[in-house]
Amino acid sequence: MTEEPGASAAPPQSEAMTAAEAALARAAGVARVEPGEYVVAEIDAMMMHDIFAADVLEMLERTGIERLHDASRVTVVFDHMVPAPSVAAAEHQAKARRLLRRYEIDAFFEIGRGICHQVMVEEGRVRSGELVVGTDSHTTTYGAVGAAGCGIGSSEMAYALATGKLWFKVPETVLVVLEGRLASMVTAKDLVLYLMREGGSAEAQYRSVEHGGAGTDSLSLSERMTIANMGVEMGAKFSLFPADGAPTMRSGARYVATHTVDLGALSPQVAVPHHVENVVDVGEVAGLRLDQVFLGSCTNGRLEDLRAAAAILRGQKIAPWVRMIVTPASSRVYQQAAAEGILADLSAAGAIVEGPGCGPCFGGHLGLLAAGERCLGTHNRNFRGRMGSPEGEIYLGSPATAAASALAGEIADPRELVVRTEAEEVAP
Amino acid sequence: MTGTPGEGTRFRGRAWLFGPDISTDMLSPGQYVHDPPEVRLRHVLEPARPEFASQVRPGDIVVAAANFGCGSSRESAPQHLKDLGVAVVVADSLARIFARNAIALGLPALSCPGVSTAVRDQEIVEVDVEAGEVVVGDGRTVLSADRIPEPMLDVLRLGGIEPMLAALAAQRR
Ligand code: SF4
Repeated sequence: MTEEPGASAAPPQSEAMTAAEAALARAAGVARVEPGEYVVAEIDAMMMHDIFAADVLEMLERTGIERLHDASRVTVVFDHMVPAPSVAAAEHQAKARRLLRRYEIDAFFEIGRGICHQVMVEEGRVRSGELVVGTDSHTTTYGAVGAAGCGIGSSEMAYALATGKLWFKVPETVLVVLEGRLASMVTAKDLVLYLMREGGSAEAQYRSVEHGGAGTDSLSLSERMTIANMGVEMGAKFSLFPADGAPTMRSGARYVATHTVDLGALSPQVAVPHHVENVVDVGEVAGLRLDQVFLGSCTNGRLEDLRAAAAILRGQKIAPWVRMIVTPASSRVYQQAAAEGILADLSAAGAIVEGPGCGPCFGGHLGLLAAGERCLGTHNRNFRGRMGSPEGEIYLGSPATAAASALAGEIADPRELVVRTEAEEVAP
Repeated sequence: MTGTPGEGTRFRGRAWLFGPDISTDMLSPGQYVHDPPEVRLRHVLEPARPEFASQVRPGDIVVAAANFGCGSSRESAPQHLKDLGVAVVVADSLARIFARNAIALGLPALSCPGVSTAVRDQEIVEVDVEAGEVVVGDGRTVLSADRIPEPMLDVLRLGGIEPMLAALAAQRR
């Protein structure tokens, strides 16, 4: 590869390729690629977090790899087990810090900076058209800025760090055409849950999902991140939005399937245990009593999400039997939310605000469930055992649904709450 | 393919049958991530089949329905199966990252549509990894699996990525 990594100079035929094909062709240094083909591609950016960084770098040390192919492409973020909840985690992180110095990785973000995917985007470590890998399945999030991002395991990451390259199967692409605009209290999370419900993992497995159509223009970066983030729950390799200024659909590109979604027709959706594809209208589960509500994660821990929840909870009290945990996605989100009074409002409503990071999302610490307990969270996975006891139940919904549910003490439709509040407001 | 290049690619072993959507959270629960290996191995697949971790024997074969290994990118999921002695994983379909991780560790993993309905729990199954063939019930049924693509077979033949990196390091020296 002679091109500077990240340069968005695309080969001339890129119009006729899907965004995934274009990214892989550029990274492989060829004019075009075909779905099903295997290519060896140069990787533009690599990301690791505290759970795997030490394992990856230890493998390099063990096998005698002396230096990285290009340490400047590597970013490490400590976000999962932060601050260290056990001596074992502390030792693991200390080992990683030593190895980061040993391998001269300078782009290291310590505990408290935020969730890896949020930090990568905030810090501009991923750019449109790039091919990005991370030791985390939600690396698909970078599709929000037009980067082809996918998760890989520790061994493959070790290989990528040592050689700068990795083999990829060129995926087929499914096109999702978005039309219209989301209604009030209906969010990007509801859209992506709806897509899970309609297509689910059968449709997108091993494929790339691309979003186009006029409706994409109405979606903010934060909303795009929510959607691209959960692409992996559909089994997708990449979940891509058009880069700024690019056409929302590529003429001549081949899509194996096309789905059109009217954003305005969507309603709040909830994923019910124990799989993300088990999605229903919120009304079907409304009234189920909750023990815990979680607002956070790389799916829905951004400023817009906290604002949406605070708008519902400001001046109110959550149900006394509910524990509400809030985890801002990054230090920037945290600081801005503090400046806007959002953190104080959420705290006054009865929530506990934790530091920036993954929080209880993956069941590591900071709010696990006991057997028989029920949680509604804004995160991305409700697999059995994901948040503690295998006998716990996890429901997934939007920040608005989470806030409305915390208030009610049971799963609630945020649209009904709005009606009530407005009615109260107009009353004398 | 137990790390020795060129070693047999055929396995014969007892099948452990699992349903669809076995996730990495079941294979390697997040809450034990920093526990010692022996503790972590005790909880492998616990939510799906609590007896599995204590009763699985080296050479056994994991057979599952669709979307096996869905969820996170944690390599501990296939690593735990390997550490428990599982010889090969065959599922109606495999989640993408899991399949790549398994092969990166030298654990053969095959997609074989229909395998979960053809195989009975605890029966003896034969798997030919390179040929992409699964033989059930003493030849009663022969199923064809999706062939593992050549670049991945190369990784398997070399015993996984770690030996490949060791070879690379030796070359660079
Ligand atoms: S917030 Fe949850 S899904 Fe996102 S990176 Fe952290 S653990 Fe993974």
